[in-house]
Amino acid sequence: MTKIVVIGNGMVGYKFCEKLCAQETAKDFEITVFGEEPWPAYDRVHLSEYFSGSTAEDLIMAPRSWYEENNITLHSNEMIVKIDREQKKIISHSGHDYSYDKLILATGSGAFVPPINGVDKKGVFVYRTLEDLDAIIEYSKKVKTAAVIGGGLLGLEAAKAVIDMGLKAHVIEFAPRLMPRQLDEAGSATLQSKLEELGINIHLNKNTQKIKGNGKLESMKFADDSELPVEMLIISAGIKPRDELAKDCGLATAPRGGVIVNEFLQTEDENIFAIGEVASYKNMIYGLVAPGYEMASQVVNQLVNEEVKPFMGFDMSTKLKLIGVDVGSFGDPFGDFEPSKPIVYENKNSGIYKRINVSLDGKRLIGGILVGDASAYNMLLQMCQNKMPLPPEPEDLILGARGGKEAAGAGVESLPEEAQICSCENVTKGSICSLVENDGVTKVDEIKSCTKAGTGCGGCMPMVNDLLKHQLKAMGKAVKNVLCEHFDYSRQELLDLVKVKKIKTYNELLDQFGQGDGCEVCKPAVASILASTWNELITKQDTIQDTNDRFLANIQRGGTYSVVPRVPGGEITPEKLIVIGEVAKKYGLYTKITGGQRIDLFGARVDQLPDIWEELIDAGFESGHAYGKSLRTVKSCVGSTWCRYGVQDSVSFAIQVEERYRGLRSPHKLKGAVSGCIRECAEAQSKDFGIIATEKGWNLYICGNGGSKPQHAQLLINDVDTETCLKFIDRFLMFYIRTAEPLTRTATWLNKLEGGMDYVRDVVVNDSLGIGEELEREMQFMIDTYACEWKEVVNNPQLRAKFKHFLNAEEEDPNLKFQDMRGQKIPAAW
Amino acid sequence: MISELEKYKTADTSKVTHWFKAAPVDRFPEDGGACIKYGDLQIAIFNFTRRNEWYACQNLCPHKMQMILSRGMIGSFEGEPKVACPFHKKTFSLKSGKNLNGDTCDIATYPIKIEDGYVFVGFEE
Repeated sequence: MTKIVVIGNGMVGYKFCEKLCAQETAKDFEITVFGEEPWPAYDRVHLSEYFSGSTAEDLIMAPRSWYEENNITLHSNEMIVKIDREQKKIISHSGHDYSYDKLILATGSGAFVPPINGVDKKGVFVYRTLEDLDAIIEYSKKVKTAAVIGGGLLGLEAAKAVIDMGLKAHVIEFAPRLMPRQLDEAGSATLQSKLEELGINIHLNKNTQKIKGNGKLESMKFADDSELPVEMLIISAGIKPRDELAKDCGLATAPRGGVIVNEFLQTEDENIFAIGEVASYKNMIYGLVAPGYEMASQVVNQLVNEEVKPFMGFDMSTKLKLIGVDVGSFGDPFGDFEPSKPIVYENKNSGIYKRINVSLDGKRLIGGILVGDASAYNMLLQMCQNKMPLPPEPEDLILGARGGKEAAGAGVESLPEEAQICSCENVTKGSICSLVENDGVTKVDEIKSCTKAGTGCGGCMPMVNDLLKHQLKAMGKAVKNVLCEHFDYSRQELLDLVKVKKIKTYNELLDQFGQGDGCEVCKPAVASILASTWNELITKQDTIQDTNDRFLANIQRGGTYSVVPRVPGGEITPEKLIVIGEVAKKYGLYTKITGGQRIDLFGARVDQLPDIWEELIDAGFESGHAYGKSLRTVKSCVGSTWCRYGVQDSVSFAIQVEERYRGLRSPHKLKGAVSGCIRECAEAQSKDFGIIATEKGWNLYICGNGGSKPQHAQLLINDVDTETCLKFIDRFLMFYIRTAEPLTRTATWLNKLEGGMDYVRDVVVNDSLGIGEELEREMQFMIDTYACEWKEVVNNPQLRAKFKHFLNAEEEDPNLKFQDMRGQKIPAAW
Repeated sequence: MISELEKYKTADTSKVTHWFKAAPVDRFPEDGGACIKYGDLQIAIFNFTRRNEWYACQNLCPHKMQMILSRGMIGSFEGEPKVACPFHKKTFSLKSGKNLNGDTCDIATYPIKIEDGYVFVGFEE
């Protein structure tokens, strides 16, 4: 039994344990780990997520039970103060000693605090541990502005945290540019203007001389005599290896800090290894997880006598999203180590900067920088690392193909087998493809758990996805479009079954055509199919509905709901406006105008919903179905009744259309609009169906949407009269409802549809399938059977009784908490 | 909110010292859940009518610390009974409390027994 002692329970120390435990001979080792922090190792790379809602638990690499299961003794909260190399033992701050056969130093690093006058003042923090973060969060409640010293990777992460805490942020950098190790001047300038747009003040070339204030910090004074008033300061100017233990026991350390190791991560003492940020190889500290993990696995290989390839330094390429801005830097970003010719693309308008360094013979990629758009990072890094030949016009790599040519050879298929896809876990293309080819793996999650690819920084996930798809396709496996594990049918097949077999409930369908107990994917999908076919009240089968459809309101942060009454066409009388205002006042609701020309009332408790609706219904309102995958609104401009340009009465038509399709359940939400003239003030071309008035009638556009991938609607037919227009919308919507996959908007449906717009026009306008009248009949059935769900609930004591938080107590949820913002309530942050 | 999370500890049937009489069986929705209050705890109880089984877990979703799981949709993952949080569809096994997406921590589960038409939840004190 070999006694292994690991000092340091950070990411690299943990990874060492994980890799050693995965060995067949793991039981030959007795592993003891010491961490000076109170919790087990956590993910420091994603530390800033702590400010945007992640909890300490989210960040933990593995719970304590994992250490127990793997027979690792973990001593948290215990600091090692001395190494006795002669007796091969270590001594902790509490006076205990422990002997070792092999000692692993994974003590990592601490924050580097520059020796500035006044750095000990209250309000000055470092950004390194969860405890630092807790202290920062606590102090931030009392202040409005905070500065960060350090414009590098870590400093900008800290600046993101400052913004997340709702403070005004300043970044102070000594160098003349941001991220000086990764970016050149132009790249830094692009990043700077992006960050400034987000409200971060950047101060470059600033040498902080003094931190001023009486006890607590009040301002910073710089070498150029300028001064910046600030209430809080976070120092994130670099790292300092925790090499004091090693120094103390006489191991050689590097002048810039760190325990000196050879290419086998050995220190001067053959029984002591150093890995991670405390190790200095050829005077270099590697402050990223990927090289740390690589070191951990090299040492594990030595311990189990496997083949060891020497650690020869590590590629420091990096890609990250800084406060919403993509930044990538790979290979030799400045062309410092090999003569090269840069190709540069800069677009100040959209905030994009790209640079690639091409070898003098024009055949290889040496390195590069990407700011604002790093989508090509993975491919470029692969080309660089694998010395892949460049396309004849290398600028295509950053500009895309122009002039009708195909994009230059940059798909996953062109990568060599040994290409490293996940650099954190060192997973190659070959190993991923072999999993798919030989082990029958078909899901990304399986790849993740088998290889650990994508579990570090996650940056390689798009590539892993592409590889999976590519490999499956190469093997001739058509990925069958089934709903989920409970139904081996597509949505369209299920809809046909429901119709033909006259199935009215989820349970009937599951019994006859499915297996298992259903899930959160198939239940709402089937609920939608049933509603689109039979149009029965969805409250009849409330537990197959998503929470919004179950409680007929939109769930919001904190667990309260928002309420949206229908306001057809956006036209509303003063009397009705007053009712909405009074209801909001009575129930203490936050009110906001929606994008669909209506009013949203937020913060209603589940037990208040029926009471609120009772009042709204009494005043003549009905459900707005804002909670459903169904028709939302038909927006309108004011049209020819008032507008001097209007050619048709767009409001009246919008109301008619909205009332025609209200409550219609569909695969996804539906939005419409009617504009009264060519000026298109109702933005109809961004809707699932948009109608624009002409002198002769209406132009009908379909399949547009806003959202994350905006797409303009396309013209289906022009200059039709009102009746024809409605007929074609009927046919189009029903055809979409019949054939779309679940949760697919009309735009995506059209994009995937073979034949595209011409095919839809053939079916809808030319009735090429001969189903036109059938589609119209189905729509007429929906129109005839419409009923307001809320009216039903309000008048039905049994349904009403379902709207409460506790089954066994008449009280509201005691955990609901609100705060004030601009005179209205909002939920407490999560 | 961490302290809120720590209130919930999985109870093992063999170690139950107190069976709390929650509510009559017919008050619970079929193939769905409801929340009950026990002291300062909120427990989600699920009626798997199709399987004729009952499960209980903390009402608190650990992902964003929301008191919500009882309003989640239930179902199964390869036979394992589970609940999906309405907020971000994090799913949890109702047998082991394990997070099935593998990116959120696990939840506490509690044993259930049905007697005389009532649902009882078991706690270790």
